[in-house]
Amino acid sequence: MKPAEFYMRDRTLHPPAHHPGYKTSVPRSPRMPLLTMHQTPSEITGPTFGHNDFGPLDNDLISNFNHGGDPVGERIILHGRVLDENGRPVPNTLVEIWQANASGRYRHKKDIYLGALDPNFGGCGRTLTDSDGYYYFRTIKPGPYPWLNYVNSWRPRHIHVSVFGTSFSQRLITQLYFEGDPLIPLCPIVQTIPDPEAVQRLIAVMDLNASVPMDCLAYKFDIVLRGRRSTLFENRLEGN
Amino acid sequence: MVQKLDYLKETTSQTAGPYVHIGLAPGAAGFSIFERELGWDIAGPDAPGERIRVEGLVIDGTGAPVKDVLLEVWQADANGVYAHPEDPRSAGVAPGFRGWGRVITNFDTGLWGFDTIRPGATPGRGRDVQAPHLNLWLVARGINIGLNTRMYFPEDAALHGADPVLRTIEQRDRVATLIATKTGPGAYRFDIRLQGQGETVFIDV
Ligand SMILES: [Fe+2]
Repeated sequence: MKPAEFYMRDRTLHPPAHHPGYKTSVPRSPRMPLLTMHQTPSEITGPTFGHNDFGPLDNDLISNFNHGGDPVGERIILHGRVLDENGRPVPNTLVEIWQANASGRYRHKKDIYLGALDPNFGGCGRTLTDSDGYYYFRTIKPGPYPWLNYVNSWRPRHIHVSVFGTSFSQRLITQLYFEGDPLIPLCPIVQTIPDPEAVQRLIAVMDLNASVPMDCLAYKFDIVLRGRRSTLFENRLEGN
Repeated sequence: MVQKLDYLKETTSQTAGPYVHIGLAPGAAGFSIFERELGWDIAGPDAPGERIRVEGLVIDGTGAPVKDVLLEVWQADANGVYAHPEDPRSAGVAPGFRGWGRVITNFDTGLWGFDTIRPGATPGRGRDVQAPHLNLWLVARGINIGLNTRMYFPEDAALHGADPVLRTIEQRDRVATLIATKTGPGAYRFDIRLQGQGETVFIDV
């Protein structure tokens, strides 16, 4: 039995392209509906990555930009699994993250926030999930930072996450938030999400059992990608 | 109470934000961290086929170029084969051909561009043939969920009528938004309009 198409994306779980409260989305959102299509081999395939693509410290943001010391801030482990909607693990898939440092400052030439850069923190990492779909990073808890959506808008602490899955139609970028952050409900970007339960699913939970005593706390964040139909009947996907 | 389905829910998308380069193209953010950044070499040195360059702008609803976009491309090789284990012909893909790439726009001009090889026609469903195309996905600040589209080649007009995506577009004038312009030998221009006049067809893949 060969798996076939991916399940239709449930757009009610995702922010609409146009959300007036997030001002930049206004000029950057299509006004015409998306074109509906049946998936072809172009959508059910996607890039694959191997361990040769990575260095040994790529998932360790505490060490991968070491310029003579560790970065400052709360040391954390970020871990979880990449699953599909059927609950099956997605193995060997690329997970990439990027984030601000403990002061809420990004190492980016366009970031001019007065929060200090940390000479020992780059702010990006990447890893492949293992055969159980499990991934982990070691990093610093990012700080909140201000941005000019409204005059006094602040982003909650967050880490940006990019995931591939096994097909180009599973490609996903999101942001994870941290349990207990009072800025979450106030954030115009969080507020683009129509479903309050979907917001809850973006909040990483403190995981004391996975913490390393006297070293770092842990947060758990599972990621779910589109699931896939099994071909019980002829699916006519390929030309044979 | 009826029985319960136990599917999980897909994780919700959030914008890639203004600093997407840190994670996905750190060199462009202004620092070097990984020995090898991913996605700069789509086709590798040895894949057969015509070498081409594609350039363009992403333009917002006011007509201004968007200068902080990240684009990814996914394509078949010159024989129409995807470098993916589920393509039955993938064993024949040239070593080094990944078919996937990632580019960002110039921060000052908004221009993006990449070098690759011209893909071949690929199978569709049933007996369909898909005209040669590049699958594109773009993210940026202000884009709440990544936008999928396709770029087709102007020389393949004879194949476009039967292409399963192009033939589905109801407003026939909009088909042109998915077809690149040839600007020279092996050189193509593909501007993507996010909104308004000439809005590019984006696809619910
Ligand atoms: Fe951010």
